[in-house]
Amino acid sequence: MLLTAILVVPIAAALFMLVVLRDEQKTEVRLTAAFSAATCLVLSGLVYIEMNQPANLAAAATRAAQGLSYFVQQINIPWVPSLGISYHVGVDGVSAPMVLLTGLAALGGVLISWKIDDRPREFMAFFLLLVAGVYGVFVSLDTFLLFFWYEFAIFPMYFLIAGWGWKAIREYAAMKLTLYILVGSFFALIGLLVMYFVAGNFFAENPQNLAILRQALNNPTAPAYSFDFTHFEVAARWQTVGGGVGPFDLAGGGVSVARFWFPFVFIGFGVLAGMFPFHNWSPDGHVAAPTAVSMIHAGVLMKLGAYAALRLGVQLMPEGAKVHLPWIIILTTINVVYGAFIAYRQRDFKYVIGFSSVSHMGLVMMGIATMDAYGLTGAGLQMFSHGVMTALFFSCVGMVYDQAHTRDIPSLGGFGKKMPFVAFAFIVGGLVSMGMPGLSGFIAEFPIFMGLWAGPVFAQGAAAPLGLATQFFPTYNYYPIIAIISVLGIILTAGYVLRVVQLVFFGEFNEKRFPGITDVTVIDKTALVLLGVWLVVLGVYPQIMTGMLQSGMQPILTALKGG
Amino acid sequence: MTLDLLTLITFLPMIGAGVVVVLPRKQKNLARYTALGFSLVVLVLTIYLLSQFLGGTCPPGNVPEAMQKAAAGGPFGFTCQHVAEFFPQLNAKWHVGIDGLSMSLVLLSAILTPLAILISFEVTDRVHEHMALFLFLEMGVIGLFISLDLLIFFIFWEIGLVPMYFLINYWGGKDRQYASTKFFIYTMAGSLGLLLSIQLIGVVAGTFDIPTLLATFPKGLNGAGQALSLPFAGDLNLIKGLMFLAFFFAFAVKVPIWPFHTWLPDAHTEAPTAGSMLLAGILLKLGAYGFVRFVVPLFPAEAQTFAPVLAFLAVAGIILGGLAAWGMNDFKRLVAYSSVNHMGFVVLGVAAFASVYNNIFTQAIANAADREIVLRSVSMATNGAILQMFTHGLSSAGMFLLVGALYHKAHTRDLTQFGGLFNLAPFYGGLLIFTSMASLGLPGMAGFVSEFQVIAGTWWIFPAYVAAAMVGLFLTGAYILKGIRAVLYGPTNDVWRGHHLEIEFREVLALTPLLVLILITGLWPNWIVQVINQTVTRLFGS
Repeated sequence: MLLTAILVVPIAAALFMLVVLRDEQKTEVRLTAAFSAATCLVLSGLVYIEMNQPANLAAAATRAAQGLSYFVQQINIPWVPSLGISYHVGVDGVSAPMVLLTGLAALGGVLISWKIDDRPREFMAFFLLLVAGVYGVFVSLDTFLLFFWYEFAIFPMYFLIAGWGWKAIREYAAMKLTLYILVGSFFALIGLLVMYFVAGNFFAENPQNLAILRQALNNPTAPAYSFDFTHFEVAARWQTVGGGVGPFDLAGGGVSVARFWFPFVFIGFGVLAGMFPFHNWSPDGHVAAPTAVSMIHAGVLMKLGAYAALRLGVQLMPEGAKVHLPWIIILTTINVVYGAFIAYRQRDFKYVIGFSSVSHMGLVMMGIATMDAYGLTGAGLQMFSHGVMTALFFSCVGMVYDQAHTRDIPSLGGFGKKMPFVAFAFIVGGLVSMGMPGLSGFIAEFPIFMGLWAGPVFAQGAAAPLGLATQFFPTYNYYPIIAIISVLGIILTAGYVLRVVQLVFFGEFNEKRFPGITDVTVIDKTALVLLGVWLVVLGVYPQIMTGMLQSGMQPILTALKGG
Repeated sequence: MTLDLLTLITFLPMIGAGVVVVLPRKQKNLARYTALGFSLVVLVLTIYLLSQFLGGTCPPGNVPEAMQKAAAGGPFGFTCQHVAEFFPQLNAKWHVGIDGLSMSLVLLSAILTPLAILISFEVTDRVHEHMALFLFLEMGVIGLFISLDLLIFFIFWEIGLVPMYFLINYWGGKDRQYASTKFFIYTMAGSLGLLLSIQLIGVVAGTFDIPTLLATFPKGLNGAGQALSLPFAGDLNLIKGLMFLAFFFAFAVKVPIWPFHTWLPDAHTEAPTAGSMLLAGILLKLGAYGFVRFVVPLFPAEAQTFAPVLAFLAVAGIILGGLAAWGMNDFKRLVAYSSVNHMGFVVLGVAAFASVYNNIFTQAIANAADREIVLRSVSMATNGAILQMFTHGLSSAGMFLLVGALYHKAHTRDLTQFGGLFNLAPFYGGLLIFTSMASLGLPGMAGFVSEFQVIAGTWWIFPAYVAAAMVGLFLTGAYILKGIRAVLYGPTNDVWRGHHLEIEFREVLALTPLLVLILITGLWPNWIVQVINQTVTRLFGS
């Protein structure tokens, strides 16, 4: 019920705003938005706490031994049985932190947007629809539904950027963003449809397989053709569940469904995660968007891509992952280092943060590409940590811009004197960004690098697939080289963070050019604290999230280890 | 969760920092005294800890059986241990404990921080944040010294950079932007190799526990080379060699070892007085601690191969640091280079330790008489190196305090501008001479004891280098006397007549404990050497 509520509340609030409220009722609009975002946050927290219960973690561990995921708060209602579409929602150890992240970014975004005076009704309505779409992706266990919510989230994004964004480039950025993501998702959709038909045929043509499927799903009327994730999961894990080669793999290797279509799905969703060379939409999108939208965009939307790539790509096609991730990891390395270099050179405050997101998402995808327990845990942590951190960053940038009306770094300076709270929040975010120990960024990056050193699971003696990977591993494990190169990203990040902090918040303040700058309102401060506190808590007490992530990643690891 | 003394000593400063920051903006004095109060409480707790350490009355602690067994036979023996979960998936725990080495350095930190805070009373801009940063820094350094888990160690290693960066950047001198950024980036970049190595250790050994690693890691990579496909075709010697260099480089930047010292003159000079006191007094010791705790014991064979290089670099630091200091006309920069000069002796002692430890570790010295000489020498050298960490901490803090006191009143550090100030500020002059003599290593003062031990111990291991180091001692005398002469003697510069240059009571109050300790350590070093010796005797089994 909680998950359905999380989806319904923002949509209901948005409809209420659009239909019932009038343009002049700005306070009511804001309060409605804040109330619904806060409700969703509370619900997300409850879901998170539930997943973190030892009983659930233990159950997840048992199920993970078979390589299957364990979901809590599940609801499964058939919707279009002839096509195999159902309303199936649930969260596991990987998606629960993401749901919480969405809640935080959503409420933070609403609080940050409190002062928007130009058609706040439409703004908040679109914003809540965006939030609903994002929630939908994370909780959907029916891949059709996942796609539905994925596309559902993109359209409000377009309107928000084109309507309320930075006038200089907003139409260009909105268009570029929408087209890039749509094309990316188009490729992923093709892969998904292939899986749908191949798995469907596998079950439809062979009644014994169908019987085993129905028993595994504990559903005597499960259709042969289905978009359900658990359905695909059984097909992917057919080796363990049903014995014998599954529909996505071929006996004896060769070009199977998994191996051919994995790049489509992974890179298709990877576009949304800002993977090089398809990251280009992201910096402009970040900069053009209004602050709250940037927070959701960089903080949550990009994690959607990573999450979908992990869930639908790696978890459902592990053979494909083993063959392709060893070269995809090179793309992620470029993300990390190249993104950091470019961030260093930016003159516009917001572009620095935008490229920093490209760099940090590279770390997330790199963690996934390590195909190792450490790396995957780190990727999950980085998704949450970076999400909160970048939301915090964009909030601070927005607060400075709102008063200074410029984002040109050389012109700014000394803003720490006038806005000490914002400066402090930005510094905390900056330290997280460079992976300063004691904060969540380090807790996230450290395991990712450990994953690089450990190498992919199949290099550690497990069954290795044919192809590129066996040629390289274990004779030449280049993942440590990637670790050494990526570490450059850390020091570059330190460089550009210090540069921005010094040039924007320290130094001389130009009173003539920026008269009347004051520190931010209580509402703004609430948003900053709401986000910032997690960075510290996770940094000193990582156990609140690491156990859950490990339980969520375990099935993926089992799938990767298995034949 | 039981209240563990070490954990309390570590986090109490941070709690204090939090308290100070939320005090009302207008209550500057309240902020100052609150900060001072917290640091004094930490000092009292540290003295209590010292008494427990010396008396062997630490509570038994909750180290699991398995961990104790794994750590048995290691080169260091830790007491007052405490274990709690931190990051179970990585097998990294909150594991703390102390031995002689870390006890002496924790004591040094606890002594210097209240003095630095007292000196910082003169700061009027953003007092709350300023005081909070000192307490934050105290947590960082104490946490590092007591950590017995590599991940926790690295956390504190990096986090100490943050308060120092802001102390220099906001309250520093003219070139503070450049100096603070260089300090931060240089040290962080130097630590990247350390970060990578710690990650690799975690993967290969499956644990970050320092006592366990010290006992098992030198003997091999725990047979992991086969299970993992390690880089460089799993060539363990090459991997260990690179890890050794990575460890060396990270700590070498911090000590600092020539030629990786170039961040130091700027950072020390531009930092506010109290910041320099702690930077020179404690932060440099983090690097030296790393050498004694990790670089040599984890990599005995590589350290032995590298020891002559280390000795060479040590002597280079002593001589070149001394020459540079002699050439300075900026009083603070002179004292900054003197740190390079003095830390060179620490590194020389460490070089002796490195050169010999492998033989002791592998029990390769057959002849009993040879063993006797070697053990006596290296014990003395190591004792001297660790004691030099302690005494340099005291004397350099004192010197920076005095330089800062003069700067605060004269608003210049230019030695050519001073002259004959003994008439105008006789009390200051006396204190300056006393502290300078301490820095110079005058017998009867602490510096002499430590430098003598290093020299006498290392003589049997690196005679040529020690001879060269003696030249460095001559240079130490040269630059110290230059400083005293330029400031106190000669014709009085008329500019200063009418200025109030005499030292304030508060500054005297802050300086006195240092001078008392320097004198006591010089005349009766045993009070601290007995602490340090517990580590050294265990290390060399004699």
